[in-house]
Amino acid sequence: MSEKPISREESFGYDRKTIDYIRNAAAHGLYEIRGMGAKRKLPNFDDLVFLGASLSRYALEGYREKCSTKTILGTRYAKKPIELDIPITIAGMSFGSLSANVKEALGRAATEVGTSTTTGDGGMTPEERQSSKTLVYQCLPSRYGFNPDDVRRADAIEVVIGQGAKPGGGGMLLGQKVSARVAGMRTLPEGIDQRSACRHPDWTGPDDLAIKIQELREMTDWEKPIYVKVGATRTFNDVKLAVHAGADVVVVDGMQGGTAATQTCFIEHIGIPTLAAVRQAVDALEDLDMKGKVQLIVSGGIRTGPDVAKALAMGADAVAIGQGVLIALGCNHDSYFQNGEHRPASADYSALGTAPGFCHHCHTGKCPVGITTQDAMLEQRLTPEFGAKHLKNYLKTLNMELTTIARACGKQNVHHLEREDLVALTLEAAAMAKVPLAGTSWIPGVGNI
Amino acid sequence: MDSLNFDLAEIPLRTVNTFLHKEAPGQSVKKVVITNPDGAHNIAVGLDFPVDIEVVGHAGYYAGGMNKTASITVTGSAGTGVAENMMSGRVHVKGFASNGAGASAHGGLLVIDGDAGLRCGISLKGGDIVVGGSVGSFSAFMAQAGRMVICGDAGDALGDSLYEAVLYVKGNIKSLGADAQIEPMSAADLATVKELLAAAGMDHDPKDFKRVASARSLYHWNADANQEY
Repeated sequence: MSEKPISREESFGYDRKTIDYIRNAAAHGLYEIRGMGAKRKLPNFDDLVFLGASLSRYALEGYREKCSTKTILGTRYAKKPIELDIPITIAGMSFGSLSANVKEALGRAATEVGTSTTTGDGGMTPEERQSSKTLVYQCLPSRYGFNPDDVRRADAIEVVIGQGAKPGGGGMLLGQKVSARVAGMRTLPEGIDQRSACRHPDWTGPDDLAIKIQELREMTDWEKPIYVKVGATRTFNDVKLAVHAGADVVVVDGMQGGTAATQTCFIEHIGIPTLAAVRQAVDALEDLDMKGKVQLIVSGGIRTGPDVAKALAMGADAVAIGQGVLIALGCNHDSYFQNGEHRPASADYSALGTAPGFCHHCHTGKCPVGITTQDAMLEQRLTPEFGAKHLKNYLKTLNMELTTIARACGKQNVHHLEREDLVALTLEAAAMAKVPLAGTSWIPGVGNI
Repeated sequence: MDSLNFDLAEIPLRTVNTFLHKEAPGQSVKKVVITNPDGAHNIAVGLDFPVDIEVVGHAGYYAGGMNKTASITVTGSAGTGVAENMMSGRVHVKGFASNGAGASAHGGLLVIDGDAGLRCGISLKGGDIVVGGSVGSFSAFMAQAGRMVICGDAGDALGDSLYEAVLYVKGNIKSLGADAQIEPMSAADLATVKELLAAAGMDHDPKDFKRVASARSLYHWNADANQEY
């Protein structure tokens, strides 16, 4: 008599992931907190492709013809706009979430390739100011470490309204990472689970924001560009309001954007994909006739040169990268480089309950490769020199891919890439980006059905 | 050059602020009088040298914002965010102050002779605030360090999610915020209140004040406080 086969029919609604979630909630009574960005499959720039040159467009000869990548940000009001060699910037990430070594590595690499880096919650460290030729200083709701001397030391100021990983939510830094130095910079007791406010303390709406921006301009004698960063939600309206409030530059961070720590329910369930957000943002600028007058930076899941090229073709003036930068430094690698040799890190990933390639445990402060940590031993696993070298290579690669694509589309300047160069591979991407489905002239939701 | 007058009815504010940032520190200017402010926003923001500023009339948002070392007096009332993110020095509002007075101040002394609106001392990071009248709801929200003396009443949710700032209230407290609690006044507290009242030029008996500080029950994630995060 044969045994009865074991049923392996998995429920769609109650799959193993959902069952695991419910069990954890029942065990702990507290939501999950983690790092990095959305892990779910989302429409993204991979769903677009370029229409390279052929008979209807002339390609540029890559060996002989230059393709400019020069990028200027903050031309609307600032007396001293930001001039970058490439349109790829480093997104705001805090000292506290990252080690001081990492912040220095970001500054060194950015300076070498001629781009900007950005502070984060908790203020500006001397290491990052010293190593960064162009440093954007964030003004966040928490105002941790925010002070007028650093405003004066900065090259631009970014008023952060929200972040793609958690629009509407405040920051957090768990106690393991609130070291003596971090606590001192943030005026907090050492070792507490730090919460950040989700709203600014001294203004409450777009009309107030306009006055806040004026304060920052008066404070800096109208010299420095003022950026406004929003997490992507009602992007069309938010970008319009930011422009009305007087922003020189608007930064739109899509839901693929990363974080050092926040509730998983925020990361996966709040916000819209970058692909949808960039089109809404550009529509808003065009609707106000401010395209080219107010610059647009797009972030959230920008990983590759093609991603950069597609963001620019959609209408962005530059991109900002966070998670890709960390991966270039060694995030999720199976080893780290210390004292001249590669050393295995897999056991440390196992201790966190994860493995190289799957880790999102930035919130624990126990980063196996020494990036998202304040632990004195762990942070030695990434030196500024080693990190800067790899990050520089990554940024150079992205820029080479960007210019290669631009030449193939017949552009002498990467900022000449345009929506007409793009088509979509999926209905969702065509509808979100409002570019035609490949091989057709059909844009879902636009024109007659 | 000891004293200067600027009439905002005649001179753009931007010219005045730029002068105060770039030229005045090198010219030994001791006192600046600003007339006809007419509620202008951002008067005397970002100062970084020891000077007396007198704003004759009412100021708009962020008067004396991010101040370092200057002593700024507003003879009328002040709008939202007066002395926000002040690092040192003194800002004195002789009338009333609107919302977010002294928000995120790291140092210095903010004196408000009248009442202050919502969120007075929100996110305070080490500054001192003395309010002659009452403060609105959500005052000292997430205040991290520094001291507040409130000679009148406090509105709802005083000291919600407090960290290490300490509040002293003479009048009634409509309600305390999450994790804030009334504690006994120690000798050190009485001395602190006395010192701050003297610095503000106010006359009250320190023994009439209550101390409000953090219960520190939210310093670490607490599953039993599910509405407080």
